[in-house]
Amino acid sequence: MGLELDFSVVLDRWRSLLDGATLTLELAFIAVVCGAIIGVFGAIGRRGGNPLIERLCGAYVEGIRNTPLLVQIFLVYFGLSSLGLKFSAFTVAAVALTINVGAYTTEIMRAGFDSIVRGQIEAAEGLGLSKAQIYWHVIIWPGIERVYPALTSQFVLLMLASSVTSQISAEELTAVANYIQSETYRSFETYIVVALIYVALSFVMRFGFWLLGLALFPRRRRLGTPL
Amino acid sequence: MGGALNVNHLLFLGHGALWTIGLSVIALVGGGLAGFLVALGRVSPSRTVRLLAATYVQLIQGTPLLVIMFLSFFGLAAIGFNISPLAAAGASMTIFVAAYLGEIWRGCIEAVPRPQWEAAEGLALSRSQRMVKVILPQAIRIATPPTVGFMVQIIKNTSLASVVGFVELTRSGQIINNSMFEPFLIYSIIAVVYFSLCYPLSRLSRRLERTALQKKPALA
Repeated sequence: MGLELDFSVVLDRWRSLLDGATLTLELAFIAVVCGAIIGVFGAIGRRGGNPLIERLCGAYVEGIRNTPLLVQIFLVYFGLSSLGLKFSAFTVAAVALTINVGAYTTEIMRAGFDSIVRGQIEAAEGLGLSKAQIYWHVIIWPGIERVYPALTSQFVLLMLASSVTSQISAEELTAVANYIQSETYRSFETYIVVALIYVALSFVMRFGFWLLGLALFPRRRRLGTPL
Repeated sequence: MGGALNVNHLLFLGHGALWTIGLSVIALVGGGLAGFLVALGRVSPSRTVRLLAATYVQLIQGTPLLVIMFLSFFGLAAIGFNISPLAAAGASMTIFVAAYLGEIWRGCIEAVPRPQWEAAEGLALSRSQRMVKVILPQAIRIATPPTVGFMVQIIKNTSLASVVGFVELTRSGQIINNSMFEPFLIYSIIAVVYFSLCYPLSRLSRRLERTALQKKPALA
């Protein structure tokens, strides 16, 4: 029984841990931005009226939400290479995470867009706004404002889920942890430190999204409630 | 097991799928029991208990399941506890599920209309009587759709047990792939199996949610 914990060997490698954490945040950032764009278009597609597009978007959402991320990552990784395309592990990880979070974002945003009452859209039509203007001013932004908390929780979950990309050796935080523990034989200490770094990253992300929310939705800040 | 995909491969995958279901059941039962305690702890009258439960939830919800898996398998081995992949995966899933289900169920307990608590208090029921006889029966009805929905997350997340060498569906696919190298085919099959396990639950959860919305209690 060697129950003497020694965190120093792990903490000595703070540089690699920092690099890993940075890469984790980079992956999350790319996936969140691209996933949000997919989400807007996916949600528009799911309620746009064209049955074929509606069905395609629905199949995408259900397909992704009912299969594990790990399997999706392997499918993208081996799928791209069987097409003869060679990408870095980082690119593959970013693509897989984007595809994954895009499906969840689509579903959340659809709920937000659906919550806009019919009268608002009719009022905008009555004011003579174009279809694009109605979408932008009346459906997309107010819709996102309503589901903003759900959206940001999903993005934090995505950041945590990016740990799975260590399995295709993207050099993010968990992969760094695996490397450190195999070199120092201090698995317990390594993973405890890494778990705490993830907890800190989640806090940082939540705080960032809270600030972003204040900047994006001043109405919410003024009234204290989502409209 | 080299060569083309044959019946033996499919049997092996089927065996893995059974373990995926088995681990999901372990996670649901273990995590459900622990999650119930977490939910009760979150609404406890004692400040200390509330704080402890909240800290547990914050820590686990801020940590990736994969890291919990590594911690309980490699971590415990490194400090002298050798545990099997099944025990490590089961324990990790239980710890993980307890945090999320606990939080979901806390929401459901708090969703029971306030007058119900007050009426029970007015009838001079003790706190535990209020909980067992008045609040929980209603909370369980509210909790059913999100719990069924969360079972989808449980099934999907058992795939991470593959990293500690537990032979569930994903791991059995990796083993077959090592001998025949047809990754795209094999992982597609695996994805289809996961989908056919999860999709009915997703549908059921959505249907339950819709009926729950229609039968909204008069007192809300």
